[in-house]
Amino acid sequence: MRRTSAFNVIAVLAGLAFLYLPIGILVIYSFNASRLVTVWGGWSLAWYRELLHDDAMIAAAWTSLRIAALSATAATVLGTLAAVALTRAGRFHGRLLFSGMAYAPLVMPEVITGLSLLLLFVAMNIDRGFWTVAAAHTTLTMCFVTVIVQSRLIGFDRSLEEAALDLGCPPLRTFMTITLPLIGPAVIAGWMLAFSLSLDDLVIASFTTGPGATTLPIRIYSEVRLGVKPEINAICTIKITVVALGTIASSVIAKRGASRRAREGLGIQM
Amino acid sequence: MKRSAPLRRPGDSRLVVLIPYLWLLALFLVPFVIVLKISFSQTVMALPPYRPVLDLAAGWTGLKDFAAHLTTDAYALLGSDDLYLRSYLKSLEVAGLSTALLLAIGYPIAYGIVRSPRALQPLLVMLVVLPFWTSFLIRVYAWMNILQRDGLLNDVLMRLQLIDAPRVWLSTDTAVYIGLVYSYLPFMVLPLYAVLEKLDPALLEAAADLGCTRLRAFWRVTFPLSLPGVAAGVLLCFIPITGEFVIPDLLGGSRTLMIGQTLWTEFFSNRDWPVASAIAVALLALLLVPILFYERLQKRAIGETP
Repeated sequence: MRRTSAFNVIAVLAGLAFLYLPIGILVIYSFNASRLVTVWGGWSLAWYRELLHDDAMIAAAWTSLRIAALSATAATVLGTLAAVALTRAGRFHGRLLFSGMAYAPLVMPEVITGLSLLLLFVAMNIDRGFWTVAAAHTTLTMCFVTVIVQSRLIGFDRSLEEAALDLGCPPLRTFMTITLPLIGPAVIAGWMLAFSLSLDDLVIASFTTGPGATTLPIRIYSEVRLGVKPEINAICTIKITVVALGTIASSVIAKRGASRRAREGLGIQM
Repeated sequence: MKRSAPLRRPGDSRLVVLIPYLWLLALFLVPFVIVLKISFSQTVMALPPYRPVLDLAAGWTGLKDFAAHLTTDAYALLGSDDLYLRSYLKSLEVAGLSTALLLAIGYPIAYGIVRSPRALQPLLVMLVVLPFWTSFLIRVYAWMNILQRDGLLNDVLMRLQLIDAPRVWLSTDTAVYIGLVYSYLPFMVLPLYAVLEKLDPALLEAAADLGCTRLRAFWRVTFPLSLPGVAAGVLLCFIPITGEFVIPDLLGGSRTLMIGQTLWTEFFSNRDWPVASAIAVALLALLLVPILFYERLQKRAIGETP
């Protein structure tokens, strides 16, 4: 039955070309010797060298990495708890509101989330900066973790957990020794997605940041608004390389369940 | 749903629910209430730049004083200046048209992946998802490279002698649509793939046995059965695109003013917090029905009865 027609092949190839050509062009032009972005002046690492001296950009990258690591970790803990609550806690008071809040940030326009969080921080008289951006990113990304972990929790056999409990294993220990290893790949995938979303976010960070906490996207955005610059091509290439390596490494590590999870959309069941 | 492993002791169960619940209440729900409150405030030159400020220490009189100063000025401004109405309508137009484009482009890709050899499918899905993991901002910026006046697109078109002089691509509606379709494509392809992949091939065989042509079988069998995926993809694209800020800001011109940009300008440039809040409330009211639909779909996909 599975006949692949020429139309199918062309659709997939054209789709992939559309997705990868712009990124490929960006990467190639980051090695351009010419300052003019469109004139090819031969291969060069000039813009990478220039980046090394851009202290503001390096500081922004460092801030972003710290915020991403902190918020992804917090989001993974909270999101996993939320997923366990939604699949295993049965009925509880306010469940409808809880599940509503657990999924909504996934589609909520970022300007709304950003503005509302900023107004909360102002109303609470909290100084804005590193911590407020981290808290905002935790709120944004935990729902992605919830969705990924939840689809994994539903997919696996509960009899192992029940056997452990029947044999007198305390619930917390059952969770740590049986459940967590089973949902481990989904938890790791959730952390990685939360990390890269935090690293990428411009809108929510712009609303919730304060003096001294300029993130990399805020920095890139302020440069990009003024036009295309070869240094920006270079920093984008570095980021793409890191993300690509991370994704390939994680898919190699999680090779065992790879084809299964891929069918579930790399764990992002939407 | 029955209470089941591993949360048999009510104490553990309560804690597992309570921690994320409280976090979401404090950082997701309460902020909306504050937005609603400030949308009924007045703009003042002060810090914070709105009035009244609720003074709970003053007790009942403080509350009465607060209520007396609430106003609908911000909403009146939204209704009277057609800048706001136009950016609302523009957002709906852009979100609607780009979602339709995404469906038209994303469906053949998802269908093509399902039809490809099984061993190849995980790789193809990963290739579609991978750009989503790289930066959103970078993907928009990549198109700025291509679409600018002396960019690659004009260069190629002129070499092919399709145009004589460089055309303006950046700062047009076309650029915004290209950026939106490019950035949101994985959100459309994934849910479509998830549904199409589960379709039983026997259904199409039956249709063929009964004399149905392939095209007819697609419209009578495959497409109707893929509607849940279509709905998920459409909602996942339409809702965030309506409030999109980065893409129209970097790729669009002054004529493509979307509501997300209007909110941004009111907040960051005009420092008018009540009007920015009123825009947020109005935008949320517009998207409430699609968001509720999306939540139903999400719960069904996850196997929960709504």
